[in-house]
Amino acid sequence: MKYLCLIYEDEKAWQTMSEADMQKGMAEYNAFTESIKKNGNYVGGEALQPTKTAKAVRVRNGKLSATDGPYVETKEQLGGYYLITAKDLNDAVQVASRIPGAKHGTIEVRPIMEFDQP
Amino acid sequence: MKYLCLVYQEEKQEGNVPPGQIEQAKRDYWAFTEDIKKSGHYVGSNGLKHTDAATTVRVRNGKLSTTDGPFAETKEQLGGYFLIEAKDLNDAIQVAARIPSAKWGSIEVRPIWG
Amino acid sequence: MPASPRSWLISTGRFRAIDRLRKRRREVPGEHDIAQETTDIENYDVVDDRLRLIFTCCHPALNPDAQVAMTLREICGLTTEQVAAAFLTTAPTLAQRIVRAKTKIRDAKIPYEIPERGDLPERLASVLHVIYLVFNQGYFSRADLATEAIRLGGLLVNLLPEPEAVGLLALMLLHDARRTTRTTPGGELIPLEEQDRSQWNEPQIKEGVRLVERALTSRGFGPYTLQAAIAALHAEAPSSQATDWAQIVGLYDVLLRANPSAVIELNRAAALAMRDGPEHGLTLIDAILARGELREYHLAHAARADLFRRLGRKAEARSAYERALALAVEDPERRLLERRLREL
Repeated sequence: MKYLCLIYEDEKAWQTMSEADMQKGMAEYNAFTESIKKNGNYVGGEALQPTKTAKAVRVRNGKLSATDGPYVETKEQLGGYYLITAKDLNDAVQVASRIPGAKHGTIEVRPIMEFDQP
Repeated sequence: MKYLCLVYQEEKQEGNVPPGQIEQAKRDYWAFTEDIKKSGHYVGSNGLKHTDAATTVRVRNGKLSTTDGPFAETKEQLGGYFLIEAKDLNDAIQVAARIPSAKWGSIEVRPIWG
Repeated sequence: MPASPRSWLISTGRFRAIDRLRKRRREVPGEHDIAQETTDIENYDVVDDRLRLIFTCCHPALNPDAQVAMTLREICGLTTEQVAAAFLTTAPTLAQRIVRAKTKIRDAKIPYEIPERGDLPERLASVLHVIYLVFNQGYFSRADLATEAIRLGGLLVNLLPEPEAVGLLALMLLHDARRTTRTTPGGELIPLEEQDRSQWNEPQIKEGVRLVERALTSRGFGPYTLQAAIAALHAEAPSSQATDWAQIVGLYDVLLRANPSAVIELNRAAALAMRDGPEHGLTLIDAILARGELREYHLAHAARADLFRRLGRKAEARSAYERALALAVEDPERRLLERRLREL
């Protein structure tokens, strides 16, 4: 079964970090990614640019509006995700708990919907 | 450049939608996905099960805590995403606006890092 | 999903259990006693299914209220109406909570299984917490829930004799042994030092003490066992004066190191007041309150008031009792505070 692990971290912490700490943080993420690639949990994953680069897009009555900022303001911000395959929720939670951001931020684990073709 | 389009819509509303409209929405999604595959925008996409099935995970002082529910309670909920390849932000916004849920929900467009 | 989650939970698990058993058999070639084999399958199934059911109902990814509700309904066999009454909610609300939890078990794929050894401490903690919640829910008025919690605790100890499961069972037995002496027939709380110790349930105390000793001699005991050890010292003391307060303070010290909490600090301060005198206890309680913690906790003010009373400082005792009374919710506790105020 596939799960999406959404990583919420305080993005200001990343922005105010020293160069050395940032290198260390990225190395931790790289090591984690490598480890889940090796054991087969990894399906995909991306890191996002800070929320100040975000646009919220809506279409109402055929009219497009694009406003600055993320969809919702939160204390911690969505900073990236991993798409993983896991045996069950326990397995998924174990993988999620090893994401470096779990130590200071929050990981939301969401099961993926299996679509059937129309 | 890659962009993530996060699709937010009200889960509660889905119960009120007549079955015919749900079928139509599914067809619209299918057509949209085929469309952006053809135009070369598509990289990947997934739909998520409802936030009722969400679990929040934190590790503090080496101790794992698991709780029921999503990270944040919001009026609209993250229901899925499209990862797309677009020329620039304008191009990405144009693609996002064609996601069927843009008509009743909200799409957050975020550039990918690196 | 079928209407009965229990049959659904059990049926999905049973096949796996049988598979595992078959696999084990293949690993042990040789002749088998057929009668013995049949019993093995049955025992294995019953123990495994029971444990799986407990761990699934108490899964930490489920809403805590739903964990308690599912445990009472699926394991203890209470009806939805009974569970709803115990938790002061309506049956439809409770039923909805359970349906939601069942949907999550299916959609997020919460496995119906006994956790792996490495995950056991965290998962067992969640099970013990649910049992303790059920017990506390029955503390004042619902003896049946306390009995259910003890039965469930006993079942868990039989299936999985981990030190903390043993410790929790001991704690519940020791607290429950004092049940009939804890309140007056009119429903007023009787404090420990005024309880009629001849009415305590002696066999149950013996069983509790035996279990505490068993837990303490095993590796890996924790907060439940330590609290049970404190309860055992109280239960075995002939009077409040003759209680081994020094050892109780020492146990609170260990408990605090393992599990820092302002409530435990407060209990330690009360025990220390018995060992060293009321003014020493007051200093500690005032320090906790000065940190801003427990300011809204009625028992902190009640404990402070008791110490003022013992020192004969009536005005301060009165204002502390009044503060406690303003914060207390449970009727038996309120009545005791009212009596204290009258007696001043």
